[in-house]
Amino acid sequence: MTSAFDEMGEQASPRPAYTGVAAWLAETPAAALSAKLDEAELIFRRTGITFAVYTEGGDPERLIPFDIIPRVLDAREWSVLERGLAQRVRALNAFIADVYGPQEFVRSGKIPAPLVLHNPGFAAEMVGLRVPAGVYTHIAGIDMVRVGPDEFYVLEDNCRTPSGVSYMLENREATMRLFPDLIRRHRIRPVSHYPEELLGTLRSVAPPAASDNPTVVLLTPGSYNSAYYEHSFLADEMGVELVEGVDLMVEDLVVYMRTTRGRQRVDVIYRRIDDAFLDPLAFRPDSALGVPGLMAAYRAGNVTLANAVGAGIADDKAVYTYVPEMVRFFLGEEPILKNVPTYRCSEADERAHVLDRLHELVVKDVHGSGGYGMLVGPHATKAERAAFAEKIKATPDRYIAQPTLSLSTCPTFVDNGIAPRHVDLRPFVLSGRDIKIVPGGLTRVALREGSLVVNSSQGGGTKDTWVLDG
Amino acid sequence: MLSRTAENLFWLARYVERAENVARLLDVAMRMSSLPHGPTDGPDEWHSAIVAAGCERSFYAKHERASAESVIDHLARDPDNPSSILSCLETARRNGRAVRTALTADMWEAVNATWLETRKLTRDDFVPGRVGRFLERVKERSLLFGGAAGATMLRSDAYWFTRLGTFVERADNTARILDVKYHVLLPKAEPVGGSIDYYQWTAILRSVSALRSYHWVYRDRIKPWLVAELLILRPEMPRSLMSCLGEIARQLEVLGQAYGSRGECHRLAGQLEARLRFGKVEAIFQAGLHEFLTEFIDSNTVLGDEIGRHYLF
Repeated sequence: MTSAFDEMGEQASPRPAYTGVAAWLAETPAAALSAKLDEAELIFRRTGITFAVYTEGGDPERLIPFDIIPRVLDAREWSVLERGLAQRVRALNAFIADVYGPQEFVRSGKIPAPLVLHNPGFAAEMVGLRVPAGVYTHIAGIDMVRVGPDEFYVLEDNCRTPSGVSYMLENREATMRLFPDLIRRHRIRPVSHYPEELLGTLRSVAPPAASDNPTVVLLTPGSYNSAYYEHSFLADEMGVELVEGVDLMVEDLVVYMRTTRGRQRVDVIYRRIDDAFLDPLAFRPDSALGVPGLMAAYRAGNVTLANAVGAGIADDKAVYTYVPEMVRFFLGEEPILKNVPTYRCSEADERAHVLDRLHELVVKDVHGSGGYGMLVGPHATKAERAAFAEKIKATPDRYIAQPTLSLSTCPTFVDNGIAPRHVDLRPFVLSGRDIKIVPGGLTRVALREGSLVVNSSQGGGTKDTWVLDG
Repeated sequence: MLSRTAENLFWLARYVERAENVARLLDVAMRMSSLPHGPTDGPDEWHSAIVAAGCERSFYAKHERASAESVIDHLARDPDNPSSILSCLETARRNGRAVRTALTADMWEAVNATWLETRKLTRDDFVPGRVGRFLERVKERSLLFGGAAGATMLRSDAYWFTRLGTFVERADNTARILDVKYHVLLPKAEPVGGSIDYYQWTAILRSVSALRSYHWVYRDRIKPWLVAELLILRPEMPRSLMSCLGEIARQLEVLGQAYGSRGECHRLAGQLEARLRFGKVEAIFQAGLHEFLTEFIDSNTVLGDEIGRHYLF
């Protein structure tokens, strides 16, 4: 673990992107940083009083620690990522469109048919339905890790309803208030236009019948949802209504919202609720969050859902292993971004290899997310590995395995000063008529020494992420 | 704007206002109960407070008799009573939270901090000797909320619906506070217009912060029909029924113009306002003050419902 690539490098001879930050760290006493950390708390409580109040008593999510030392990517690094991300998301959208359309990828034998057609993420309701611009994942969060100066890997694709973008925006806000001088010494590409780009993306995929000024709404499960503050934040920033299921109604296959001026037609729904809860008539009948008849209106082409129903098929961790092939198949290009080398337990020889090397691999449930249902070989006990081996043998299709990567580290302000901590990166890719990527993304940092787990539920924090200009 | 948002704002404002007025109502009852008492056959100011608050049924389901302790507990604390001050503050916050982004930070602070404060209270804070502090605080926080709304809210439909809630509730509550006097019987030997009668009317004026205004307007000693005139008909008195209906009609008119549509609620508000504008206190007393107030409260309730109906609550 000690050999991990550090993105700043030695403080005395930092990598070029970090010269400004390294100098600033050298000239700033720890006590001053400590004071800034307290100030950051205050800023989040005040501007972000918004945050603290959205849920009962104090939002457990908002307590995700903010690390005050920014992470820096240079223009060259970002331009590769940017092109790679756009390429990958174009391929993912083409794949999903194909899954619910001609199914050429399956028929060409590039991916096992059962993996797609019997996948819990496959939505039969979507077969044969065409969506505006052929876009299914309008907002994709691609989780990336770095292991060397030019070595980035995609860890997973989040095509369903990725969250966290509000942290990206609020973290930048906080840095600008805390360290205006440091910011002035750099040329940092801004991120604050994300909501505008998001709105533009959503409007660009309005149904053909919609007016030139389509009505966009953000559909939330409600104020008790843990991501509610993000929902209200984004709705506010876009200037669109934040609606709940009860605010919408469907009549004659058209979706309306109930307003004080009467019913108003809705063209695009940025929904932050899962497929299963969207429409009690089509999916879970016990869902109180959804809108009866929404699916029928959707199928009639009278409303656009973002992201599309069934986009989750691409989040499957076994499907993930076929993404490089999708890039070649649908775009005729070589993939710019690499996948983490992955073993499919469904294939006999790869399974044997995995079972053999369980102590050095990470095994993941293909349907799991948020770090659940996985085994981190090197950190597991012998008994845990043996138990997991039985699970793999019983349902091999459910598991994939990857080597434990030595994630890059960034300087982080912790209790005993500045120390390297492991990070990942989630850029957000917007797909409408065009692809837009706000430079940077959300950096998550594992605050515990040596830990590779960046999930906020397990001691992770976030960092402001800078992309330098030119 | 979303109907649900309008509804939440409307009820947020109503519950804040109701909390304040229940506090004022208890204030009247406390003042009246501290007056020297002769023997009375009938129910006293504590019973009258319960009736005026419209809580007769819920109260007598729990309590044998109206005493200072039981009435204060029921109207100020009891979480089972939806109109108790604590329940109002809780409901107000719940409505506010659901439309957090439609509120300004100052309004939310006013509602949320109040609610957080009440979480720390114990039963001891509601005993007759101590509850005064709590009642003062509730009035203060409600006034803060109103001030925050007036000083920080964008003048758009969100503001108009908030104001509608405040004035529909205030009209109801002023009528109820005035009606307390009807339910309180004078001690047997006490003449109408005697000193107890005088102090009771004074207590009502004080409770709606109108005693000084009374003197400024009338430069006269306290007379029942003038108190009634002040609280019902005078437009310059900010808690009078006339003032409230004037505000309601004004807010509805602005909404009507903004949306280009009017409905039954506009007609009803205009009608109620006209009756007050051209009403005479002699006629009200002739028909019976209590009857007038009861009818007013009913019409005002219908008006609230019609506002909801027109704006799709």
